[in-house]
Amino acid sequence: MAESEHHDHDHHHEELGFWRKYVFSTDHKVIGIQYAVTGMLFLFFGFCLMMLMRWQLAFPGEPVPLLGKLFPRGLPGGVMLPEFYNELGAMHGTIMVFMGIVPLAVGGFGNFVLPLQIGAPDMAFPRLNMMSYQSFLIGGLIMFGSFFLPEGAAQSGWTSYPPLADIAPSGQTAWLIGMVFLITSSLLGAINFLVTTIQLRADGLSFFRLPFFCWAQFVTSFLLLLAFPPLEAAAFMQLMDRVAGTSFFLPSGLVVSGQALEVSGGGSPILWQHLFWFLAHPEVYVLILPAFGIVAEIIANNTRKPLWGYKSMVYSLIVLGFLSFVVWAHHMFLTGMGTTMSAFFQTTTMMISIPSVIILTALILSLWGGSIRFTTPMLFALGFLPMFGIGGLTGLPLGLTAPDIHLHDTYYVIGHFHYVVAPGTIFALFAGIYYWYPKVTGRHMSEFWGKVHFWPSFVLMNLIFFPMLIQGMAGMSRRMYDGGATYAHNEGVLYLNKVISFAAWGLALAQIPFILNLFLSLRKPKTASANPWRATTIEWAAPSPPGHGNFTRPVAAYRGPYEYSVPGESEDFTPQFEPAKAPVAAH
Amino acid sequence: MHWFLRFPELASEHGARLDHVTVLVHILMLALFIIWGALFIYMIFRFSQKRNPKADHDGVKSHLSSWGEGAVALAEVILLVGFSIPLYSERVDDLPPAEDSVVVRVIGEQFAWNVHYPGPDGVFGETRVDLVDLQTNPIGLNRDDPAAADDVVTLNQLHLPVGKPALIYLSSKDVIHSFGIPEMRVKMDAIPGMLFPVWFQPIVTTEEMRQRTGDPDFNYEIACAQLCGLGHYRMKGFVTVHTQEEFDAWMAEQQRLKEEAGEVDDFWT
Repeated sequence: MAESEHHDHDHHHEELGFWRKYVFSTDHKVIGIQYAVTGMLFLFFGFCLMMLMRWQLAFPGEPVPLLGKLFPRGLPGGVMLPEFYNELGAMHGTIMVFMGIVPLAVGGFGNFVLPLQIGAPDMAFPRLNMMSYQSFLIGGLIMFGSFFLPEGAAQSGWTSYPPLADIAPSGQTAWLIGMVFLITSSLLGAINFLVTTIQLRADGLSFFRLPFFCWAQFVTSFLLLLAFPPLEAAAFMQLMDRVAGTSFFLPSGLVVSGQALEVSGGGSPILWQHLFWFLAHPEVYVLILPAFGIVAEIIANNTRKPLWGYKSMVYSLIVLGFLSFVVWAHHMFLTGMGTTMSAFFQTTTMMISIPSVIILTALILSLWGGSIRFTTPMLFALGFLPMFGIGGLTGLPLGLTAPDIHLHDTYYVIGHFHYVVAPGTIFALFAGIYYWYPKVTGRHMSEFWGKVHFWPSFVLMNLIFFPMLIQGMAGMSRRMYDGGATYAHNEGVLYLNKVISFAAWGLALAQIPFILNLFLSLRKPKTASANPWRATTIEWAAPSPPGHGNFTRPVAAYRGPYEYSVPGESEDFTPQFEPAKAPVAAH
Repeated sequence: MHWFLRFPELASEHGARLDHVTVLVHILMLALFIIWGALFIYMIFRFSQKRNPKADHDGVKSHLSSWGEGAVALAEVILLVGFSIPLYSERVDDLPPAEDSVVVRVIGEQFAWNVHYPGPDGVFGETRVDLVDLQTNPIGLNRDDPAAADDVVTLNQLHLPVGKPALIYLSSKDVIHSFGIPEMRVKMDAIPGMLFPVWFQPIVTTEEMRQRTGDPDFNYEIACAQLCGLGHYRMKGFVTVHTQEEFDAWMAEQQRLKEEAGEVDDFWT
């Protein structure tokens, strides 16, 4: 404790300059906002890449209106080149996963909300936190900048399978260096989240009094910490293959375009796939667990009752975390896997569906007996449930090897994981933005425009992703520059390409109310109270917005996180941070 | 049972069983979705703030959901042990004996499928990387090897007899490709440096399928299913399923063509 006394003189509140306050801040709230804003910009950018691809898929080979002049390299005369299409595809995936959703869900929401919810003044390592954001920003800028390289950005898919990625143009090198920064950022963040959660919880806030959101971030951090290092190593290995002449992922005897490749050989392309998916499957849970967390908070708050089966949900989360490390090879069923290995991985895959089913069932059953307020955050949280349901269920046939033979690498896969991540996670993130906006800014977003945002988004998301399931069932392969028009078996489902594309462009229009709402609400007067949603968790004990150090009075937890509608209480919520009114007599 | 899943046409012996599992899984999915969905919609109406102004602290008291989760687990075990594992095991481990099958090598490259038949002797001639020539010898066949004398190499044309297992050994010259024929319900990656078997038994000839679909131009197609570069989308091969007689005639024709070509080769030696 001597050390903390020693540092006490740091705690007086000096006025920080602009740079220290907004750019090189060590305050978890500012870093959270930095992460969230950067993440949202990247999400928007990644979405734009996709809208461009959707033109080529709907109207293969026809010149893109207006944009030809903007991208002379990729769209000469407005017509998209196949290599540019592959760039867009690879970077859409990379950006959405590593630079959009994870930074927003973990970096943004985690940073802002987690310390507040556990009653901490800041993260355990504020400087590490700043470094984590900066590393992410550098990685993101490298990725973004790679589009301006003479040969363009990476074009070997977000999975970057060698040998294709090993022999790809220079954008791939930028991709690998960018990934190293992004991974480093996640590792620094994950350590910080873990230490903060373990060390800085308020008095009385035992693990089983933690809000579900904190649990979700906690397990997510373990996944990031343990799953990312193999990919970081693999990224270096691929980098060495590309720049230093090693052959980690290159077998002997490669012949490219009729020329024998001058490499030492002896490597294995499959090794990359194992290292990649050892990260990338837990990564799927990194994308979904924070969404569970957000949705759980909002459902408890808007049903005015405790989450149903909170403990089972927490245990399921932990089991999910463990199992997510032993399912990775279900992405590789068609790499010559024998019966034993495939039986193991499809069994673990079926096992992991059980905790997911438990969490989803608990969230749905939490509505029973509630008094549901249909606020904008609640609409998005409710929308999340059936959408994640479809996403999760469509994972079953892909997790079983027999149906997977036909469905592997088809649009069915695309439909499946987009249901999980787009109307799933992204809806949860929207819900979280509407829910915590008053805490972040002291202002409310418009409920009316929130609903105008929700309904078209909900309909259009389904118009985009459901047809993909149908296309996949017909056998249409993914990553096709002409949308599959080359193949006769796709003929019956080609018209859906246009449906999907128009729905995707419509989805962009449906985001305009959100963007305007997000920015124009900043000009409203600061009217939000500390606890505008009448919620129970500790972040609502802080002022809106919270100042430096977060809480104006010492906080402690006196009960579980979701004591809504407690019989005998005058209000329908009993905050975690309020001491019992009368001294409780000894039992 | 297939009405709600629009599979491609079916032309292989195992395909029906594979589709059957897919249908079963989708029935489970649909049942779960309908139960969840019905409950969800009911609760949204029944427990709105308007109809239920005061929330119940405890919520659901029954433990029916645990039984539901148990039922899901059981259904998954049945799908796994009863269907998926045995069926997949048969695909990857119970290879048909070579003497009863048509054994073929398929070698992927950016962006074409090379098909290598061992010819009547049933022995593949040696292939070597240093012999590869893009125009004249795409797979690097050693033409001095006696076993290679009757080997047949085609580009993007896979010919198979109906009713006989086709045992295909997949590999790749450059990057990872994936060999898929949707109508045959087969798909397997072709990975450089490795050799994977994939097998199926065609049960409908191309001609019969043309009549069935009413499309005189119908062809079975090999579709590359793994991103392999800028030409991935057009890496298409064709499969022609013959009757046995037609297939034998085709193979004889290839031998005759080889002999003619061989005479030309002799001119230079």
